[in-house]
Amino acid sequence: MKYAFETIAVGIGAFLALLGVAFAKDDQFQAHMWVLFIVLLAGTVLLLRRLNFSPVTAQTADDKSGYFDEVVRYGIIATTIWGIVGFLVGVIVAFQLAYPDLNIEPWFNFGRTRPLHTSAVVFAFGGNALIATSLYVVQRTSRARLFGGDLAWFVFWGYQLFIVMAATGYLLGITQSREYAEPEWYVDIWLTLVWVAYLVVFMGTIVRRKEPHIYVANWFYLAFIITIAMLHIVNNLAVPVSFLGSKSYSLFSGVQDALTQWWYGHNAVGFFLTAGFLGMMYYFIPKQANRPVYSYRLSIIHFWSLIFLYIWAGPHHLHYTALPDWAQTLGMVFSIMLWMPSWGGMINGLMTLSGAWDKIRTDPIIRMMVIAVAFYGMSTFEGPMMSIKAVNSLSHYTDWTIGHVHSGALGWVGMITFGAVYYLVPKLWNRPRLYSMRLVNWHFWLATLGIVVYAAVLWVAGIQQGLMWREYDDQGFLVFSFAESVAAMFPYYLLRAIGGLMYLAGGIIMGWNVLMTILGHERDEVPIPGSEPVLQPAE
Amino acid sequence: MELYTAMRQFADSWGLVYLVVVFVGMVLFLLRPGAKKAADDAAQIPLKED
Repeated sequence: MKYAFETIAVGIGAFLALLGVAFAKDDQFQAHMWVLFIVLLAGTVLLLRRLNFSPVTAQTADDKSGYFDEVVRYGIIATTIWGIVGFLVGVIVAFQLAYPDLNIEPWFNFGRTRPLHTSAVVFAFGGNALIATSLYVVQRTSRARLFGGDLAWFVFWGYQLFIVMAATGYLLGITQSREYAEPEWYVDIWLTLVWVAYLVVFMGTIVRRKEPHIYVANWFYLAFIITIAMLHIVNNLAVPVSFLGSKSYSLFSGVQDALTQWWYGHNAVGFFLTAGFLGMMYYFIPKQANRPVYSYRLSIIHFWSLIFLYIWAGPHHLHYTALPDWAQTLGMVFSIMLWMPSWGGMINGLMTLSGAWDKIRTDPIIRMMVIAVAFYGMSTFEGPMMSIKAVNSLSHYTDWTIGHVHSGALGWVGMITFGAVYYLVPKLWNRPRLYSMRLVNWHFWLATLGIVVYAAVLWVAGIQQGLMWREYDDQGFLVFSFAESVAAMFPYYLLRAIGGLMYLAGGIIMGWNVLMTILGHERDEVPIPGSEPVLQPAE
Repeated sequence: MELYTAMRQFADSWGLVYLVVVFVGMVLFLLRPGAKKAADDAAQIPLKED
């Protein structure tokens, strides 16, 4: 009987969630357990419909010889959908800042929708992209099928359950108030289980590889998986108030707690949003350009330098706080040192195209990947600069920081993911080409212009904010009240929302393009000039 | 000695030396004779098949 164990396990899970509802210690936990119960009940019903009662011998044996790509297909669809959802919530949040009346109490307050946005784009969109591409890349570069069979399905569905529980938790007001780690203890424990399964699948595939060398993209993916496991566990060390309640208290206190949070927070940027996506860069750019990486040895230096340096950079989030001065300086120095390997990696990515620069003109997918690497270079220059204490005294707590994060997230993480999705969809569904290259071009320009509007506006906004906060008159009084600096932000907030709207429009176009490609349509269109060889007339 | 002080002293002496030596060793290993050939072969891995 196929799926018998899975069906029973999910069914028991649904029953336990119902018990959680019955014996909950607080209302939020009760509401959250209702959500879990409904989700798991739906899962049980879906699984029951797939049960196969024919005897084992009569079952058609699944093809276990080739690559395990079905889970990657699901992952790419999830990436696309969560991406659009995450961008949409981002636009809503941006309008909430411009027009406070859009804060609808209690579920859709900015305080609840903001983590919904950050988690949706970072963990749902980015996380699914990383899981899907890593499982694709590790099989191709190891020339081995995924290890662990259906364990990869547990990783995929377990991760979606984590996302649903995190997102609904935020809207219910359940949070442990740690940035980018808001889910409470029971959701954290679930993610730990899923993550360990992910590590087993990935590691197992590497162990049974037929290719003697472990390709550099897999090093980056592996570093991402292992480091995120370490960060997640340490940062979420907490004691629940009750085993049937939503509240927990951190094991650390005071400045130790703050430093642990930013050790986690910055390395989530370093290992989730950087190392993982660099794995993507080192596979998909060579594939799409059909050329090997510019310097393989530089990629190894890039890898180890990031590993050695990134982990120390977190304290730059706590400049001019209760954190000891030496720790602040240490964070700053390591952040500045990071500039070098980051740019080494950027040069490596860009130079992979040397000799094929014309592809930037003729191939919108390559263009997307190149702009991603360019934004990687830009934001890894801006970040170290902002970590310098003198600069930070102006930039900290202003919207400049938000602009910086978005040039990295929209520019680097988003664009490299779009490039990978466009590369993968025709391959995974065996289509001769994408539905439309022209739409990729539209996506490219909408997204790029959206980022430029977004980042440029928030530079101006942030610097103005910082200058207003530190403006003293000749008698030593502050010139502006805080509320005045908030009111001054209105035009910038509006423009920022428009930049985000353009980025969202690009995402929707991608969704349409991906859907039509999967359905097997090919748009009848004029090819991009130069993308097809020009035929010479016979002489 | 207090645990914090002991760990702090280990971190900025032997710990630091260890990490620097490993890092420099990695770079030197990449510059060994024959490393270029091995690296060029490794760079071809993604292009070998679909």
